[in-house]
Amino acid sequence: MPTTDAILEVRGLSKTFPGVKALQDVDFTLKKGEIHALMGQNGAGKSTLIKVITGLYKKDGGEMLLDGKPFECDSPEEAPKIGISTVYQEVNLIPNLSVAENIYLGRQPMRFGAIDWKTLNRNAAEAIKKLDLDIDVTQPVSSYSIAIQQLVAITRALDVKARILILDEPTSSLDAAETARLFDVLRKLKSEGIGIVFVTHFLGQVYDISDVITVLRNGRLVGVKSVDELPRLALIEMMLGKSADEVECVEKGAGEAGDAVDAECFLRVQGLGRRGAIRPFDMEIHKGEVLGLAGLLGSGRTEIARLLFGVDKAQEGRIFVKGQEARLTSPRKAISLGFALCPEDRKSEGIIADLTVRENIVLALQARTGIFRRLSPKKQEEIVDRYIKALDIKTSSPEQKVGDLSGGNQQKVIVARWLASNPDFLILDEPTRGIDVGAKAEIENLILHLSREGMAVLFISSELAEVIECSGRVAVLRDRVKVAELPREAINESNIMKAIAQTEGQ
Amino acid sequence: MKIRLNQKNIPLLATIAVFFLIYAAGSFLYPGFFSLRVFVNLFIDNAFVGIIAVGMTFVIISGEIDLSVGSVVAFVGVLIATLVQDYNMHPLPAILLCLVLGAAFGCAMGCLIHFFKLPSFLVTLVGMFLARGLAFLLSLNSIPIKHDFFEALTDFGFQLTRKVWIPSIAILFVAVVLLGVFLSHFTRFGRNAYAIGGNQQSAILMGLPVGKTKILIFTLDGALCALAGIVYSLYTMSGYPLACVGLELDVIAAVVIGGTLLTGGVGYVEGTLIGVLILGLIQTFITFQGTLSSWWTKIAVGVLLFVFILLQRYLSSAYSGREARGRDGKKAAQAEAA
Ligand SMILES: Nc1ncnc2c1ncn2[C@@H]1O[C@H](COP(=O)(O)OP(=O)(O)OP(=O)(O)O)[C@@H](O)[C@H]1O
Ligand SMILES: [Mg+2]
Repeated sequence: MPTTDAILEVRGLSKTFPGVKALQDVDFTLKKGEIHALMGQNGAGKSTLIKVITGLYKKDGGEMLLDGKPFECDSPEEAPKIGISTVYQEVNLIPNLSVAENIYLGRQPMRFGAIDWKTLNRNAAEAIKKLDLDIDVTQPVSSYSIAIQQLVAITRALDVKARILILDEPTSSLDAAETARLFDVLRKLKSEGIGIVFVTHFLGQVYDISDVITVLRNGRLVGVKSVDELPRLALIEMMLGKSADEVECVEKGAGEAGDAVDAECFLRVQGLGRRGAIRPFDMEIHKGEVLGLAGLLGSGRTEIARLLFGVDKAQEGRIFVKGQEARLTSPRKAISLGFALCPEDRKSEGIIADLTVRENIVLALQARTGIFRRLSPKKQEEIVDRYIKALDIKTSSPEQKVGDLSGGNQQKVIVARWLASNPDFLILDEPTRGIDVGAKAEIENLILHLSREGMAVLFISSELAEVIECSGRVAVLRDRVKVAELPREAINESNIMKAIAQTEGQ
Repeated sequence: MKIRLNQKNIPLLATIAVFFLIYAAGSFLYPGFFSLRVFVNLFIDNAFVGIIAVGMTFVIISGEIDLSVGSVVAFVGVLIATLVQDYNMHPLPAILLCLVLGAAFGCAMGCLIHFFKLPSFLVTLVGMFLARGLAFLLSLNSIPIKHDFFEALTDFGFQLTRKVWIPSIAILFVAVVLLGVFLSHFTRFGRNAYAIGGNQQSAILMGLPVGKTKILIFTLDGALCALAGIVYSLYTMSGYPLACVGLELDVIAAVVIGGTLLTGGVGYVEGTLIGVLILGLIQTFITFQGTLSSWWTKIAVGVLLFVFILLQRYLSSAYSGREARGRDGKKAAQAEAA
């Protein structure tokens, strides 16, 4: 049992942004040796609460106590000094510096007044092994996938000798194995008496690891409960403010997955491959079908998406679009063939932070219709309103800058952009990353709806449940090889796990 | 993976290659080009440019720019000359005063940039006009400096070989470069500069002292400019308010040719040294050639700069690897939409 002494206490905290009351009169208490889940819909105010605690934002009202004494950080510089270590929601690293340096920036080991690079690299390699990651730490961070970047950011936070560890959606792009390893580390830290704040939209993970749950909704505190006394449905109700029945109803639509193997074949791939990315594979996607891609981190899912969209060039193999051979030399070529890719990394590849929500949503559609046929303002408004409503995007107006939205709402905007462009073939790479339970179901429904209207969809997700719900067929990848393809009837968790776990020889 | 590591060094390697190419060409074409004296002269003639360039490298690595450097050099030169000649001040306190003033000037610009979130381009443009104006306020004409101590400073140095003499300003140049290399590779201050230029928002969230580092960078830059002003007055033995007009652009050119990305986050003080030497080498080349007008220096520098910018453009898109390539596709779509 966690001891009762509180290390961090927040009372009556408020924070207002122009047009948004992000936090209103919020209380939050973190105890020693406790893993405290901070839950809430997208835009509920979780990240804002964290950023106020670490000093990135100034509070408007309320008080914060550390060990019973009032404190306030003036900037994120001070937080580590008083024992608060944080992983923010977006991966925040310096792309062109090495992994090792990113872990130790600001607190490099010194020797005779100079940075001791040898020790730094050695320590970094050791630190990163704690998460079972074996990578070359002298390479620039940008040469690694977003999941590895997330692990590097976590390693950086873990390496500080902190008393309070704050993790804002640390697992959003990790797979089950990576998450399990992270949880082992967290449990160990917990037993050492460190207080941990943990934000996630994966309900399963909350019940796996946390002791206490605080729920926020629209910037207000809804309640604090210990995990044992809060069943899953009650938690969802608390988060969404709707009865569980309504939520259930939302998810039901996903039952009849896009299954259209008999329809015309839209895309056929023969022996497509690229060295170091993916071994040659065959694949077929029909009109109106959702093909799911399952596999662990680094199994080659994103690589397939990039090959099919012409971002990386295939070194061998052939691609047929509607029966005709096509050469995918660039994303532009792919777009002209009716392809669209919703990329994995929203921060660097997707969102244009300084444009408004409206501009971001119509971007792809406008690009498709061409500059000379501008969408009329009315048409734009209609589309934008529809998606804001359908995906429940929390924004003060369509003219708000996307950069000011919460992380999950930014993700919704990107997904809306690609859904609105109405392509013939849509590749979705982790489209529900960081999106809350309610909106997730909405997105799945929209995807199924569009596929029923004839869109071919390639659906990539680390979340098996999601793949199972949406897909008409599932291709399974392991170690950059396509190892299995499961027809509709055979799609279930155990079959997919079996295919992933098979050893090389079988 | 291996390619990536090398990619990072390509601008630097290219710079070194260009240096040797010009050096070899000069040595091949003109007798006397390949001599220790010519080589040492590179360090003497370009000492003041090089000292500023080291400061500028830090500024550019952190993603900022400084346009005031030429004016500050002129101002410092005129100030020293006025203090020594008109007010009979001993050069030593005058020099110290200039260094302090330079640092304070840089610090003030850094504070404006940080606290008021102003673009460095504008703030230093203001600084450029201000310093130039102040120089004219002190004197409209060139003031020769005649003082024993000043001459002693110029004459200080050591005999390398029988014919080659290494004067104080060349030593100072090398010392500043070494200091810059140390700061950039082996201190937290230097690494923070890279981090800020790489991604300022991330640097803030990582808890790095962004404001302090930025102000410190401009303070260092200001102090080095003042030092360059002193070196320039030792080099010319005078102070002249119209001196070094447009020097900032030469310095930026040297830094960029040295492999530092104007967008920040990537760069080398070592490269800057070579960049400065390349500019000097081109000048020497044209002097040796004899018939070409000195404006050919500018043309050569222009061409070289162009090639290097192309190289960097190519590399920085290949740099962030996967991300950057994906984004290019998006940019096309964006352009069409606009
Ligand atoms: N810098 C900002 N400027 C203006 N509004 C902001 C800013 N940051 C956040 N907001 C607003 O504050 C509200 C809360 O955002 P916050 O990022 O805390 O949500 P969150 O709970 O972390 O959501 P998510 O699960 O999507 O990450 C949102 O409505 C958001 O639009
Ligand atoms: Mg958030």
